[in-house]
Order: sequence, then C-alpha cells, then structure tokens
Amino acid sequence: MPPSPDMTRLPNRPGVGYKPQHFAGIMENAGQVEWLEIHAENYTGDGGRPLAQLRALAEIFPFSVHGVGLSIGGEAPLDPDHLARLKHLCDWLKPASFSEHLAWSTHDTHFMNDLLPLPYTDETLARVSDHVAQVQDTLGRKMLLENPSSYLAFAESTYQEPDFLAKVVARTGCGLLLDVNNVFISANNQKTSPQDYIDAFAHEYVGEIHLGGHHADEDDQGNLLLIDSHGHPVVDPVWALYEYTLEKSGPKPSLIEWDDNIPDWPELESEAGRAAQILDGQTT
Amino acid sequence: MSIHVKSLAVAGAVAAALTTLAVAPASAGAKEKCYGVALAGENDCKAGPGTTCAGSSKVDYQGNAFKMVPAGTCETTMLPGDRAGSLTELKRDVPA
Amino acid sequence: MSVSQTQFITAVLDPLIGAPDGLIDPNGNPAGKRFDVYRNNVVASLSDALEVAFPVVQKLVGDVFFRAMAGVYLRRHPPTTPLLMFYGEYFADFLAGFEPVAQLQYLPDVARLEYAQRISYHAADAKPIDPAILQKITPDALMASHFTIAPAVQLIRSDWPIAAIWYENMDETAPKSQNRAEDVLITRPEFDPQIISLPAGSAAFVHSLMTGAPLSEALKQGTIANASFNFSEILGVLLTGAAIIDIT
Repeated sequence: MPPSPDMTRLPNRPGVGYKPQHFAGIMENAGQVEWLEIHAENYTGDGGRPLAQLRALAEIFPFSVHGVGLSIGGEAPLDPDHLARLKHLCDWLKPASFSEHLAWSTHDTHFMNDLLPLPYTDETLARVSDHVAQVQDTLGRKMLLENPSSYLAFAESTYQEPDFLAKVVARTGCGLLLDVNNVFISANNQKTSPQDYIDAFAHEYVGEIHLGGHHADEDDQGNLLLIDSHGHPVVDPVWALYEYTLEKSGPKPSLIEWDDNIPDWPELESEAGRAAQILDGQTT
Repeated sequence: MSIHVKSLAVAGAVAAALTTLAVAPASAGAKEKCYGVALAGENDCKAGPGTTCAGSSKVDYQGNAFKMVPAGTCETTMLPGDRAGSLTELKRDVPA
Repeated sequence: MSVSQTQFITAVLDPLIGAPDGLIDPNGNPAGKRFDVYRNNVVASLSDALEVAFPVVQKLVGDVFFRAMAGVYLRRHPPTTPLLMFYGEYFADFLAGFEPVAQLQYLPDVARLEYAQRISYHAADAKPIDPAILQKITPDALMASHFTIAPAVQLIRSDWPIAAIWYENMDETAPKSQNRAEDVLITRPEFDPQIISLPAGSAAFVHSLMTGAPLSEALKQGTIANASFNFSEILGVLLTGAAIIDIT
C-alpha cells in the first residue's frame, strides 16, 4: 500500500467490508486491501470499542460508509432521526463515500432488517428521487445508490432497473454503486442476461463495485433461485462478469462483501487479491 | 456520631480502597484496547437462509398457541433444593 | 395489481397469508416460494440478532425453544429503529408476560442484565478520575461532594442470583448459583463490560450517587439498606471499574 493514501476518495483498488474480528489482521497486514467499508448503523453508538476501532482504522484507510437501514425506497418519509445519525457519522468520520440501497426496510415505524424490493414506476421514481435528494441535501455530499438483488418481480413495473437507476441519477445528480453479484443473482432469478444488464448500465456514474458470494436454492417450479447470502467466496461466473464490467467501465473501487460464515482475515484478503489481479489486468 | 467522626471514617475508607487499587494491573495502551472481541449483533446486508425456515413455516406463532417448553440449562441451573424450573420468588438476603 | 408496502410487510410476518397478488416470477406465475426468501430474511435475521443479544437466555431455555420464542417476539415487537445492536429493548418485559416461561421467574432479569451489557458496550467513553485526587479533598468536602458516574455504568437490582446465573452459563468453571437475591453493577473499565455482583447495601449507595445525591446522603442510603454496608469495598469496585468520572 502506498504511504499516505488520499482519504477523500476510494482508490480504484480492492476494499473489503470491515468486520471487528479482522481488526488485528488488518493492522498486522492489510495485504491487497486498500480501503474499508462499514455498515453505517453499527457505528451510531456513543462510544466504546466500535468507534475506537473505526478511529484507528480511519487514520490508515479511506472509508466507505454503506447504509443498510435508511429505507430510501419506502413509501413513508425518511426517518429524520436516522438521517441525523448518518449525518453525525459522516461529519466526524469524513468518509470518502456514502452509499445506500434501492430498497426499503421500514414501514409504519417497523424496521424489517431486510432490503425489500419495490416496483419501478413513475410514482416510485419520483419518491426515490426525492429521498435521494433529501439525503444528499442533509449530508451535504453526493451519495451512491446500489442496485438490489431480486427474487421476484412486480407486475406493475414499467421501467427496467438500469433505466430506473439512470433516471434517478439524472434527477438527483447521485452516483451509483454497481453490485455485480446482485446483477448476476437478479438476472438468473428473472431469466434475463447479466451482460445485457451491464451493457445497459450508466457506468460513468459508478463510484464503487460490490462483489460477494451467493447461495443456490429453488423456486416452486424447480428453477434455480440464487440468494444474496454473502456467505461464500465469489463464484467464477461472477468474477467473469466483473471482468466484463471493467472492460466497459475501466477500473473502479471494488469491494468484497462477506457477512456470513465470515472467514479468517487471510482468506478474505486473498479474495481481495483476486480482485486486485483483475484490476491490474485492466490498467496494464 | 458527629459529622466529623463520619468524615474521618470516610477518609479511612478512601485510604483502604486506594491501597487495594495499587496492586491492580496497569491498563492497556490505547491501541491494544481496540483489540478484543466485539459484542456482536450488527446490521449487515446479507440475505438469510433461503426459502425454507421459520419465516415461511405454517407454525402458528401467536403466543397463545405456543406449545413448546424450555429445554436448556434452566433445567439444571436453578437452584438448591431440587426446585429447578419451579421456583417461588426468593426473599432478598438482607440481614436484619 | 399494485402491491402496497403494508400488504408486503403483513404477508412477510404472517406465513398463513399467501404472497401478495402482483408479485410474480419471470413467467408471470405467482411469486410463491420466491416471496418466502423475504420472509426468511426478516425472521432469520431478527432471530439471529436476539440470539446474539441474549446468549444466556438462549442457553437457559434451549436453542429450539429460544428460536420459536424469538418468532413470537419479533412479530409482536419488530425493531423500531434500524439499529440492530439495540434490538431487544422490550425482550425482558416480553419474557415477564410470556406464559410458557412463567415458571422461570428469573428469566426477565437475566434478559435485563444482558441488555444492560449491550447498552454499556456502546455507551459514551469517559475518562475516569485519578483515584489519588480523593485524598486531596478534605473529608468534610468529600462528604458534601457529588460523584459523576460513567455513562457505561449500569445498575440492575434483582430478587434472583442473576450474576451467578450469567457466569454459570458463560463459564463452565464458575460456581453454581446460590439461592439469593443479587444486585449487579456493570462497569466498563476499558471496552469490555464487567459484571460485578454487589455486596450488601452497595446498590442503594450507587443508585443514590447516580441520581445526584452527595456522598454523605449516598452513604446514609447504603447503611439504611444494609447495616454491614462497606464504603471502602464499593469505592474500590467503582475505582477499578473506571466508574467515577468527576467529583464536584
């Protein structure tokens, strides 16, 4: 890792989702990992070890703050208390990037702790755009919006997902977080082509790429149903789709997400190393 | 007992407390304190175990239909007198 | 054909209701098992969060029972904020009213202890006083002074031996719990909450300090609560636990 990295932007290099059990491993030898991402909600406490670890790591690595609970796709207004928590975190940490999901999780004050899907219509486009604009106004920074993994479709949808996301970008000036694993999962589950999705994506607005492992299941008809478990290594077809993506977009900050069956640090680092190899192939 | 006598007793108690502290181990440095286990229980963005688990089973989760009985260490944890799992409330052990 | 988020959530939480109309697979068939993915995400992730938050309650009632009970709790009390680290705020009260565990009367207080640990873990940092300062204050001034207690300090008073039950279930070598009431203080000298069973009268003393009484009054309360109240002993506990952050 080069000395004194620029903390204000994510490098076009590998990063990983930070887990507290990896603190010592990262401090000892971060290897190919050049930046870290946290789930915002876990760092909204008042003190203690989580914030101490974050302060120590933020002296060394650029950070991405990735929200998983703002419910940007919700029918209800954004929770002002939660928005204030995110603002507080971004104000002191000064992360290189803030991102959230094209999904909803809160309804009627109940937080469901899952990224729930929404139809893509004129109505939801207006609502999502308003919410993204509100986040950017409140935080005083541009945010990235991430494509979800989908397991079903809404009969009422009138937009394809890449088109919907591009329209949110046009209305709000936000950027995009392209989760290549989610593209792969959704394309399988919707019986569409992942390459077509990548071809249609607005790559010039992509500020970050996500990679992760998934789990295979079946629907009622016995069709393969892929689930975004983040509990396994990235599979070869997803690595191939990642290469395909980089050929279109050029190098991007690329994150390994591993949230379940979390491996020891060396295994996670070597997964990042595989992303590094592909990024190296792009830049030479 | 005068307030002054009480104060002297307090001074003695403070001195005794400080004596026991003197043998306490030195605390770790700032960096070392960061190491150590997390009390986990965190948000993440993984998806769960697929299409078959409690969330989709047709078991009735209404409390009034809950038929199971506890089967953990509660059977052995409590307490003297073979009263495991069937305690009557204990009196606080406050001496008179 | 439009599916509202109210419809969606209602069906997520109630497996007896089918997936809402308007949710489809790629061939236009009803979503069926595809909708179950969301049901399972919600139920499994919230059940996991409760397991992690209440490991001793889980051990006491067993894994299978806990999981089923979590299914009842999460439907009755879904999280009201996105902060999963604080999920389970009402779990102790829920247990107190949950008929199948009515005989385990200590269970709600064990849950209170586990939740208090979590609050302590995430509480604001605070620099403790230098203990030596206590000897620089004249005894009379000390008696009139107020002790500010660290935000991470939690006090739980129970009619049950909750600290002993906690240790017995977290550490195989711990002694079996005794049949007695227990007051528990949680301190956080560094970043790890410590569970301390308080000696007699100390809870009244600490409670008095935490609610703003001067030392003289807190000592009085400690002695009223128990004639064998020992100030030196509890002061040692507080200083060791970095629990006193200011004296005014």
